[in-house]
Amino acid sequence: MKILVAAKRVPDPNATIKVRPDGTGIVTDNLKFVVNPFCEIAIEEALRIKEKQGGAEVVLVSIGDKVAQEQLRTGLAMGADRAILVLAEGNVEPIAVARAIEKLVAQENPDLVLMGKQAIDDDSNVVGQMLAEMLGWGQGTFASEIKFAGDKGSAVVTREVDGGLEDVEVKLPAIITADLRLNEPRYASLPGIMKARKKELKEIPIADLGIDQGVQVKTHKISPPPARQAGKRVETVQQLVDLLHTEAKVI
Amino acid sequence: MSNVLVFAEHQHKTFSKNALVALGAGKTLAAQSGGECHAAVLGTGIGALATELAKYGVKKVFAVEHAALEHYTADAHAQALSALAEEKGCDIVVGAASSIGKDLLPRVAVRLGAGMASDITEINGDGTMVRPTYAGNAMATISIETPRKVISVRVTAFEPAAAEGQAEVENVAAKIDEGALKIKFVGFNETKSDRPALTEAKVVVSGGRGLKNGENFKTVLEPLVDTLGAAMGASRAAVDAGFVPNDLQVGQTGKVVAPELYIAVGISGAIQHLAGMKDSKVIVAINKDEEAPIFQVSDYGLVADLFKAVPEMKEAVEKLK
Repeated sequence: MKILVAAKRVPDPNATIKVRPDGTGIVTDNLKFVVNPFCEIAIEEALRIKEKQGGAEVVLVSIGDKVAQEQLRTGLAMGADRAILVLAEGNVEPIAVARAIEKLVAQENPDLVLMGKQAIDDDSNVVGQMLAEMLGWGQGTFASEIKFAGDKGSAVVTREVDGGLEDVEVKLPAIITADLRLNEPRYASLPGIMKARKKELKEIPIADLGIDQGVQVKTHKISPPPARQAGKRVETVQQLVDLLHTEAKVI
Repeated sequence: MSNVLVFAEHQHKTFSKNALVALGAGKTLAAQSGGECHAAVLGTGIGALATELAKYGVKKVFAVEHAALEHYTADAHAQALSALAEEKGCDIVVGAASSIGKDLLPRVAVRLGAGMASDITEINGDGTMVRPTYAGNAMATISIETPRKVISVRVTAFEPAAAEGQAEVENVAAKIDEGALKIKFVGFNETKSDRPALTEAKVVVSGGRGLKNGENFKTVLEPLVDTLGAAMGASRAAVDAGFVPNDLQVGQTGKVVAPELYIAVGISGAIQHLAGMKDSKVIVAINKDEEAPIFQVSDYGLVADLFKAVPEMKEAVEKLK
């Protein structure tokens, strides 16, 4: 089985995000960047499938700046076999990301594409679904468990949905997007990090893929959210309940 | 002038607030573009649902029946919904940013060649929209530049459509190429609860790692939850530790809630948790750590041992009644 896994470079989820005063984006000075946590879960799942089934190949792909090499090296150090970086500057819209991966799927012919359910920077949660439609494939989004049928012609995906858990059966090849509870990603080992340096990391300029990069969604400005002021400290439970009743009038 | 088609999702034949909020936003978008607002309900045996939907001030309700739509699956629904939008000349398709809407609408966007804006929280008069990014720490003002548009709306950010008039229901034959379907519904394991749904409740009481275990959610937190007639939520830490099921998680990657009253118990207030609740009208934090970041967004903060304060609060609330 060949598995293609997407890995996006994003700011550390625990970092405080500040909006630039000119409204063109966020302040990136001194910001630490990591592999998007959901992509990390997708990489881990691919590695577990490989370990269980044997003979599988795990290929990472990222679309972004040259510095995204760092995140691909992290995935290689976790155990992925090789990586492809589609070089693109600035903001790449989700639709363009999906189109770029569609081209790579045509080149690589994977049996499965694993992705995070959303990137924690843009929070769009659309690329996996768009890609599935472009390819005419099935999808299992927000996956918390993946089970393969004996003949590997399909997979049963448990999905985290409103009100419970849903099971769907998807024919392979398919797109599966990882939710938080799919697994706990491993840390890269020291030997893994050493090995990763020698693994193949191919770079392709996005222009070489020949995809339509026309603007679909234009970003006009980025603003900070309305600030919420800290309110009162209360001393006792009784005082709290009284205030909620008489002042806030919510109970 | 563009006509709007609202995807009215239902879960096993009941509408949740999601459908009515999508309608509310759809009507706003139609008014802005000078077009008409229609609604679509997809499934099998959906006559009664379509009639109910017709009461909410839309121009027409399209009832799309097909055996392949019996259960929600992304590929069959994407085929049927995008074919309907094309047939009825609707250039704008709107739905809720729920687990169904998030799964479905990006596929519809690709089928229609439409630009997509997901999880929007505001519709501006100039045609731009606002959507939260970076866990709600950066609000992006965007516009869709393509003639066709697909939009998912954050359910807590818009008012549900009000009942008005009685629209015509039109039965439409679904256009589905069954040979192309790759997804089969297997089963749904519902989290059973007598409490209101997390995303619809007026009051939400959430517990965090401070509760220490699942048993304490039951014995300490739940009595307060039920006294307040509230929904129960949890932080990611509490869910990850296995105290409560996944679908109670409030945060950037869980449920986004905006109740009248949100009570955070034993929750420190990580960035990703705040993203899911900071639009609540009144926020209360109960935490023994006075430095906890949750206090910075709370209207009322109580530094206390939750194991004492929560039962006391339940008593005090009961006395009010």
